[in-house]
Amino acid sequence: MVTKTPETILDIRGLEKTYKGGVQALAGVDLQIRKGEIFALLGPNGAGKTTLIGSVCGLVNPTGGTITAFGSDIRSNWREARRRIGLVPQELSFDMFDKVIRQVRYSRGMFGCAPDEARIEEVLRSLSLWDKRNEPIRKLSGGMKRRVMIAKALSHEPDLLFLDEPTAGVDVELRRDMWKQIEALRERGTTIILTTHYIEEAEEIADRVGVINKGQILLTDDKAAIMAQLGRTEAVFELAHPMSEIPAAIASYPVVLEDDGRKLVYRGGDGTGQGKRDVAELAQDLTRNGIAFTGLDAHESSLEEIFVGLLEDRQEEAA
Amino acid sequence: MNIRGAIAILKNELQRFFRTAFGSILSPVLTTSLYIVVFGAAIGGRMDPSLFGGATYGAFLVPGLIMLTLLSESTSNASFGIYMPKFTGAIYELLSAPVGVAETIIGFVGAAAMKSLIIAGIILLTARVFVDYSIAHPLLAIGYIVLVAAAFALFGFILGLWADGFEKLQIVPMLILMPLTFLGGTFYSIEMLAEPWRTVAQFNPIFYLINGLRWTFTGSSDVPIGIAFGFTLAFLALCVAIIAWIFRTGWRLRE
Repeated sequence: MVTKTPETILDIRGLEKTYKGGVQALAGVDLQIRKGEIFALLGPNGAGKTTLIGSVCGLVNPTGGTITAFGSDIRSNWREARRRIGLVPQELSFDMFDKVIRQVRYSRGMFGCAPDEARIEEVLRSLSLWDKRNEPIRKLSGGMKRRVMIAKALSHEPDLLFLDEPTAGVDVELRRDMWKQIEALRERGTTIILTTHYIEEAEEIADRVGVINKGQILLTDDKAAIMAQLGRTEAVFELAHPMSEIPAAIASYPVVLEDDGRKLVYRGGDGTGQGKRDVAELAQDLTRNGIAFTGLDAHESSLEEIFVGLLEDRQEEAA
Repeated sequence: MNIRGAIAILKNELQRFFRTAFGSILSPVLTTSLYIVVFGAAIGGRMDPSLFGGATYGAFLVPGLIMLTLLSESTSNASFGIYMPKFTGAIYELLSAPVGVAETIIGFVGAAAMKSLIIAGIILLTARVFVDYSIAHPLLAIGYIVLVAAAFALFGFILGLWADGFEKLQIVPMLILMPLTFLGGTFYSIEMLAEPWRTVAQFNPIFYLINGLRWTFTGSSDVPIGIAFGFTLAFLALCVAIIAWIFRTGWRLRE
């Protein structure tokens, strides 16, 4: 099958990093990022997310493997690669006493771009920082400070943008706002790689998702494919009268009794909506068979559950 | 080479300096003025000019104090300039930017040297109020001052990279640089020392720096000017080599 494969903007092969103390943060990472996509890298603390980003951005010296960005090796062509890559690290780190606009101009200059006040204004406006441009950064709120970090990274118009936990410690409203920003960037053609703890975030904005644990990529796939493959629906019927066994009429469903027969629990489906349909039919069947229930709590498994399940599976395999 | 990047760093560093200009300029100028008033004017009047190659003690003191200022300001400006982004984490941007060793040196070291030159200039002018000195070789004096400012800004830059705490940042200037400068003849000619201290003093590298500058001012010094210049150039080259090595290996910069 030959399909037109999207252009690979970043190609990581066999990337390894062992820190001086002997801690292996990356144990042979292979990862290909397609031009123009939003890629979410999920993983628990210490999985190697930040080390992976650091290796691409020049903060970490990898101990093995290769990184190819925009078609050339980033070691031999580091200036060109870095000029086109932007990084928003996890920690808020800048000169707190400086003014917002000056810090953004500074970043643009450092990346070798000619001064462009129109571009600076555009970046600041898009992040709702324009009104704050002459404030010292230390006077801004936490969310605003994070936007300054993003503004700095966008000031040199990167083609590839890394966001390390972009919405950590940011309130819900601001997080939604940030997602819009990220979406807007993608529309302009920027390829985005973000790491996150919030699965909701990956679910909401990513095109593809990668799961990393213990320095290895466990899987990468389209978000929808992962959901379809691993997604489950769980529905809990609270029964009016406890049952001792499952009636034959509903035995064909993947159901179990829990809580001493007070709860009938459905676990099934595949993330494509099959589970929801099953639950609706099951509810009707219960009614038809005179089985009364006083409550129903149904939900689709999120990437978070998939992710936790995946990690558990791997741990069992390893054990 | 990313010239815009180098200029951006230079501007940012200078701007940081001018943001706190009042304190960063006033304090060294005041300290040095006090030295000149107390030692030069009050005590110096009672000293025999023949001890200082015919100059007044005040005029003898000026190049020594300029050197004292250059060494401490260049070192502390540069070490602080690179240590702060390391401390706050803002160094990530420098490491991820298309900026190499040349741009970094021009930006950070250049700014630190410029700051200490500004301060040295102000002190030279202020000293004129208290002491009647003249400069025998003005061009050589300027060249030498710039050379020393650059060399010790490089040294400070290395120090700032090496330091992993505020204490280490202070230790070298306070425990090594300052004593060596005081003992290197800022306030006296080694002719005034008795043996074995006269011989010991010649092992102090700062002794050559101070006397090199003194020669450009008064036309006479305890050491030949060639040795002083050569020593300063060698020190500068050594610092550049160390910084180049740091950038190549990523020592204290990249994990």
